[in-house]
Amino acid sequence: MKTLTALATLAALGAASAASAEIRIGATISETGPAAFLGDPEAKTLEMMVEKLNAAGGINGEQVELVLYDDGGDPNKARTFATRLVEDDEVVAIIGGTTTGATMSIIPVAEDAEVPFISLAGAIEIIDPVKDWVFKTPHTDRMACAKIFEDMKARGITRIGMISGTDGFGASMRKQCLEIAPEAGIEVIADESYGPTDADMTPQLTNIKNRAGVQAVLNAGFGQGPSVVTRNYQQLAVGLPLYQSHGVASKGFIDLAGSGAAEGVRLPGTALLVGDLLADDDPQKPVVAAYVAEYQAEYGEAPSTFGGYAHDAFAILTDAITRAGSADPEEIRDAIETTAGLAGTTGVVTMTPEDHLGFDLSAFRMLEIRDGGWTLVD
Amino acid sequence: MTTKRATLLILAAIVIVSPFFFPSNYYYRVGSLIFVNALAVTGIVILTGYAGQVSLGHAGFAGIGGYACALAPVHLGLHPGLAALFGAALSGGVAWLVGRPILRLRGYYLAVASLGLGILVAMVLANEAWLTRGPDGIEVPDLGLNDALEAIGIDIRNTQFWYFFSGLVMVVGAWIALNLHDSPTGRALRALHGSEIAARVVGIDVARLKLRAFVISAVYASLAGSLLALQNKFITPDVAGFMHSIEMVTMAVLGGAGSVLGAFLGAAILTTLPQVLTVFQEYEQILLGLVMMLVMIFMREGLLPSLARRVRGREK
Repeated sequence: MKTLTALATLAALGAASAASAEIRIGATISETGPAAFLGDPEAKTLEMMVEKLNAAGGINGEQVELVLYDDGGDPNKARTFATRLVEDDEVVAIIGGTTTGATMSIIPVAEDAEVPFISLAGAIEIIDPVKDWVFKTPHTDRMACAKIFEDMKARGITRIGMISGTDGFGASMRKQCLEIAPEAGIEVIADESYGPTDADMTPQLTNIKNRAGVQAVLNAGFGQGPSVVTRNYQQLAVGLPLYQSHGVASKGFIDLAGSGAAEGVRLPGTALLVGDLLADDDPQKPVVAAYVAEYQAEYGEAPSTFGGYAHDAFAILTDAITRAGSADPEEIRDAIETTAGLAGTTGVVTMTPEDHLGFDLSAFRMLEIRDGGWTLVD
Repeated sequence: MTTKRATLLILAAIVIVSPFFFPSNYYYRVGSLIFVNALAVTGIVILTGYAGQVSLGHAGFAGIGGYACALAPVHLGLHPGLAALFGAALSGGVAWLVGRPILRLRGYYLAVASLGLGILVAMVLANEAWLTRGPDGIEVPDLGLNDALEAIGIDIRNTQFWYFFSGLVMVVGAWIALNLHDSPTGRALRALHGSEIAARVVGIDVARLKLRAFVISAVYASLAGSLLALQNKFITPDVAGFMHSIEMVTMAVLGGAGSVLGAFLGAAILTTLPQVLTVFQEYEQILLGLVMMLVMIFMREGLLPSLARRVRGREK
C-alpha cells in the first residue's frame, strides 16, 4: 500500500516531462523567493527570446524548446532541477543559477553530465579557476570594484570608507574590493556593514563620516539596503562622493532612494541602462535597443540589467549552436569557447579556453545619476 | 511479524525495488533527497512523537552537520566521513547545552529556545564569512566512498551511489529509532508524553529523558545535513533556514509524528510535491499550509496512523 503510494508519486513525476522538440534547452531560475527581483526578468527574457527565435524559424531550421524550472532561490532545489534537466529532460545546455549559491550547486551536475552551463550569477569563483563546462555572463564583483577604484583614482581619491550588506552579494563584493584595493592604490580606512533588511544605516554612516581622512564612500549591496544608505547619506550631509555597486543599476533604485538623495551617486552599470546615450558606432547599441524595445512591448516595463544577463546567455548559446551546426553538448561547449566578438547587453563577448566570461573592464560604463536619470561619466 | 520488523522490511523494500521503475537517473536524486529528509524526520519522530516535545530549530543542527563536512576536512584535516560524525557530536553537544536548562521547564519553552537556536546558527553561518565563506556557500570535499566502490569493481553513477547510501543510512536510522521505541527509555518517553506528572510519580527522571530525546534527534538532523552536504558537494546557509525547520516538523506531523514509517511517508510526499507541481512553485507555501490544515482537521494523528486505523477498522 505504502509502496504503491510512493511508486505512484514517483511515476507522476515522469508525466510532467513529456512532449519533444528538436533542441531542448534547460533553465533553472529563481523566479520566486528572495532573489525573485533577479530571476523574474531573467525568466521573462528567456521565454520571450525562445518564442521570438522559434517564430523566426529556430536554430539551423530546428525548433527550440525551453524547459524552465523555478528553484525559488534554494540551492538544493536548483541542484535537483539541474539533475532533472540533464537526466530526465535531456537538455543540451543549461542556463541559470540566478544566485551564486544556486550556481555553485549546479556546477557539479553539469560537469558530471558533461553539459554546458551558462551561469547568471556574479561571483568570480564560478569561472576562476576555469571549469570546462561552465561559463557566465554577468560581470564579476571584482570587475565592479576595479571599475569603481579606477574612477576614484581619476578623481584623486585614495582613502575611502566602505559600507556593505551582509547578504551574499554584499559580502562577496566587500571581500573582492578589500582584496584588490591595495594594488589599485586605494586604502579602505572604514569598514561597516548592515543587515539586508535594516531600515536605518545612520549609525554606520556616522562612524564613517567621523573617520578622519575619508574621501569617498563605497556601498556594496543590492536590494533595498543601498536606497536606505543613499537616503541616510543625504540626511547626514556627508558631502563626500558616494559610489554604489552594479547591483542597484536600475531605475527602481533611483525611485526608491528619491532622485534628490541619489543625485550625484556614481555606479558602474551596463550599456543596457544607457542605450540612448551610447555612441552610434557602439557595437552594443543596436543589441541593447532591440532588446529594450522587445521587452517593453512584451511586458510593458523596462528590462533590468539582470534580464540582460539572461539575454546574453541565450544569445551566446544560440550563436554557439548555430556555429556548431549540431545540438551535441560537447560540440556546443567547444563552440561557446570560441565565441568571438558577440555583442551582448553586458559587453562584447570573446571567450577563450582561459576566459569563460569573455569581456574586460571596458564593458562597464561609469554612470552618474543626474536629474533622476543616468548619465555617462566616461 | 512485529511492527518493527514490518517497518524495516517495507523501508528496505522501497529502497531496493523502486529503482526498477526509475525511467532516468534524476529519480535517484529525488529518492536520495527523500531518504535524507526521512532521516531528519525520524529524529523529529523521537522528539515529538515519542517524547511530545516540539523543536522549531532542527535545521540549525542540519546546518552544523553540513558545515562540519565542509570545514572540518579543511581546518582539522578530518576525513569527510569522520567530519560528519564530528558534526553529529557537536550538534549533540549544542543540543545538550541548550536543552539542559530549558527542558527542566514545562510547556513551550523548548519550541521557543530551539527557534532562537536555529536562527542563531543560520545567522552565524551567513555572517561569519571568514570561516564559512558567507551566504554564497562553500564547497564540500568528496566522501570518496564511490571511488572506493569503483576500485573494487562496482561502477555506479554518483546519483545512484547517493541513493543507495542515503537509503542505507535511513534504514539504519529507522532501525535505531524503532529499537528505542521498545526500550525502557522509549517507554519512559512515551509515558512522559502521556502525562508528565504520572511519569514523575512512577519514578521517571522527566528532564533527563526529554534531554536525551532532544540530543538524539539533534544527531539525526545533523547526520541528515551532512549527507545532503556530501552528496551536493556544496552547502549554503539556507540549509539552516527557518523554513527548513518548519518543513521537517511538517513532514513529521503530516506522515504521523509517532510513526517511523509515517516519517518516511511525510518526507516522501513533501519532497516529491514540489517536483510534481513545478508550475505551482509560487503557491507552494500556500499548498503546504493547506495540506497541513486539512491533515490537522481530518487526520489529527497524521496520514499514516489515520489511514492504518481506517483500514483496520474496515477489516473488523
